[in-house]
Amino acid sequence: MLNWCLQLSFMAAITLTVNNKQYKIDVDPQMPLLWAIRDFVGLKGTKFGCGMAQCGACTVLMDGNPVRSCSTPVTAAANKKISTIEGLSDNLEHPVQQAWIEFQVPQCGYCQSGQIMTAVAFLKKNPNPTEEQIDAAMQGNLCRCGTYPRIRKAVKRAAELMKAKPF
Amino acid sequence: MRTTLSRRRFLRLSSFTGAGLIIGLNGVDGKAFGQLVNLSNDAELVGVTPFVLIDPKGGITIYNTKPELGQGTFQSIPSLIAEELDLTLDLVTIRQSGGQIELGADQFSGGSASIRTSYTKYRKVGAAAREMLVTAASQAWGVPAQECITENGKVLHKASNRSATYQELAATAAKLEVPKEPKLKDPSKFILLGKRVKRPDIPLKSNGTAVFGIDVEVPGMLYASIERCPVFGGKLISFDDSATKKVKGVQQVITCERLIGKYRFEGVAVLADNYWAAVQGRKALKVKWDYQGYDKFSLTAYEQQLRELAKSEGVVDHTKGDFDKAYAAAPTKLEAFYETPMVSHSPMEPMNCLAHWKENNQIEIWTSTQVPFSIKNSFSKEYKVKPEDITVHVQFNGGGFGRRLYPDYVHEAVQLSKKAGKPVKAIWTREDDTQQGPFRPMTFSAFKGALDANKKPVAFQHKVISPSIGAATNPNYDKTKTDGGMTEGISEQAYEIPNMKNLYVHADMHVPLAAWRAVTSTTLAFSHESFLDEMAVKAGADPMAFRLSMLDSKHSDTKRLLEKLKEVSNWDKPLPAGWGRGVAQWEFFAGLAGNVVEVSKKGDGIKIEKVYAVIDLGTMVNPDMVEAQVEGAIVMAITAAIKNGIRIENGKTIQSNFHNNPILKITETPPIEVFILAEGGEKIKGVGEPGLPPLAPALCNAIFAATGKRIRRLPFDINKI
Repeated sequence: MLNWCLQLSFMAAITLTVNNKQYKIDVDPQMPLLWAIRDFVGLKGTKFGCGMAQCGACTVLMDGNPVRSCSTPVTAAANKKISTIEGLSDNLEHPVQQAWIEFQVPQCGYCQSGQIMTAVAFLKKNPNPTEEQIDAAMQGNLCRCGTYPRIRKAVKRAAELMKAKPF
Repeated sequence: MRTTLSRRRFLRLSSFTGAGLIIGLNGVDGKAFGQLVNLSNDAELVGVTPFVLIDPKGGITIYNTKPELGQGTFQSIPSLIAEELDLTLDLVTIRQSGGQIELGADQFSGGSASIRTSYTKYRKVGAAAREMLVTAASQAWGVPAQECITENGKVLHKASNRSATYQELAATAAKLEVPKEPKLKDPSKFILLGKRVKRPDIPLKSNGTAVFGIDVEVPGMLYASIERCPVFGGKLISFDDSATKKVKGVQQVITCERLIGKYRFEGVAVLADNYWAAVQGRKALKVKWDYQGYDKFSLTAYEQQLRELAKSEGVVDHTKGDFDKAYAAAPTKLEAFYETPMVSHSPMEPMNCLAHWKENNQIEIWTSTQVPFSIKNSFSKEYKVKPEDITVHVQFNGGGFGRRLYPDYVHEAVQLSKKAGKPVKAIWTREDDTQQGPFRPMTFSAFKGALDANKKPVAFQHKVISPSIGAATNPNYDKTKTDGGMTEGISEQAYEIPNMKNLYVHADMHVPLAAWRAVTSTTLAFSHESFLDEMAVKAGADPMAFRLSMLDSKHSDTKRLLEKLKEVSNWDKPLPAGWGRGVAQWEFFAGLAGNVVEVSKKGDGIKIEKVYAVIDLGTMVNPDMVEAQVEGAIVMAITAAIKNGIRIENGKTIQSNFHNNPILKITETPPIEVFILAEGGEKIKGVGEPGLPPLAPALCNAIFAATGKRIRRLPFDINKI
């Protein structure tokens, strides 16, 4: 384990499963999952914010759990199911997306893929969150525009929507 | 600049099929801007700006000329035109302009200027187009124009049950004379303006499809990561790229120059097949820098110099009455000294640019920027190419806050592409973004205030001691004069104090400095409105009543604002023990807003319980967006007040990423309630910035009310008061 920490200089053929699709890519095994998703799989919705798991802009789900793809080596994702913002729904039907639109959450929008993915994973685990639990779950996702007051409302609303119509 | 563009070229650029209706404004050169023009049949478009295009074979296109940074211009600017055409935004294609010469010099987002400078101007464009379409229909049908109505992209004559789409009418309308003063819509009939319209960019930002600068790719491009001198002002001596070249994927190692303000800093760029390889190659670089002695620079020592400089008289920024005489004679006097930090912009999207310098010397740029028009013009001069040979594709900006007013990162990418002979996307790391500036400068402030025998304020002095954004950007900066950019707002407050003398003391600085959301008001409002609170305390007066007592009817905007704050915050209602509330307001070039903040003592620290905000606008486009901007401004202002700010020692920035240059988290965000004063009229104030300055003083005034502790230096640790 932790073989990705070794200084490997060769390239590795890795199969990534992203949004239920398989991608064969040939990359430096130390490459963070973020850059593999963005530059090799070609999905740009996942964003680079800090490169050290401090801001959450790069959040994707790995087997349903939120991870910071900027600090997860691509090899660690090899046999896992990766979900990105692009795989959430075909037409914005996901209750979190619906709530995001209802409360007009994004300003610049750059951090929002990460915010949404964190909220999706959280609500799956906790469908009846209190306000404190929402804050605690979302606190690793930074937003420089300051959309936090609306994120609070939207996560709460998404929980209601999911209860009314499970996604 | 007077620019001619052939109609054919414009139609090609706008993918317009022709023979339709194009309405714009003249005056690209800045003279007589705003005269409406029918551009439909012009062989050449000379000094004009087309904004609405109705294509007989296509759709209706409206240009947004203000880059979208999160402030809502992608919805608000096109809405000004669409409203007058009775069009909802789903019937319109919104195109982001990219500094095209024919779209005018005001293609920028900054200064909270978009709506306050465009509101009527763009409405007239839509109104003129509508009038021409209605005239075309009424003439064709032989019915009076006033019997025709417009809705959903059609002209209707209900009595005869006839209708025609705008596209069907466009060719005929294009032959008509453009009305000089088209009749604007009665605001009571508005369907978009002043309404909570959903923004068209929100779905794109909720499913990952919004394209930011960092997301753009073109075939054959290389990725770049650039090593720059860690010490501001250092020069490149040499570099060893032998280890770098061994990193798989690395293609080239070349130098480039970063043009930021009046500075030119060299960098060494690693170009690779993918970004990760470029970053790995950069880590393997060995670069020798000549620090030019700047490694001796210490911000701590610099701050001490500012305190020393405060003893000098400085230059007069503004006077009223006879301050010296009134101050000397007053029975009650007080003095105080306030300090603020340098801060970073830290938009979530790090600086980046994709540039392609083509063989024919045409330059194509894809980037997140606030200033597409000025990029075209300044790059044209710098690189000796014609402005029309520079194409800027403005993407959604992942935050701006003033940082993207400065296209230093665009210069780097353009030069790298020229040297590499390929398209190059240069992406800054978060460390680059945090450490390389430009930063908002600090301001230090020395105050003197005096009360008369009746405890009324009779004399007031605000002396600002600071480096200057102007000096950092303008090589011809005159240090002997006052600097309005650094004394922003201090002489513009509506308070009636009979004797005032405000001063400025300039301090040299070699670090790149920049405007930051709400610019110098973000530091000066803190010191100014905190000191006014000190005067209120000295006078034994309630801080709200003290402020209101200095406002007469001439200054009804500020008075109205404070009265609204007093009402919505229940100012006179007692708070629980251990709580305190504070008030502050600030007026400056961008607008006017105020806060009441409630805090409580909690353990060793302070909890922000509630923020009430009032913003005064006159007229607004989207109340939901206004609320969002004020909420965001308050979150950003709390970060600036209580998070650590930028420190420089040994010439280098100490902070590097969000772990040591933190921004506010959701858990730290208090409940915020926003109230908007907008009763209509032509006097329109800005939205993006004014929400920010009042927060820090209102917060610190509240902390004083709760604890008796006066905070005179930002940032402060809110967990230890």
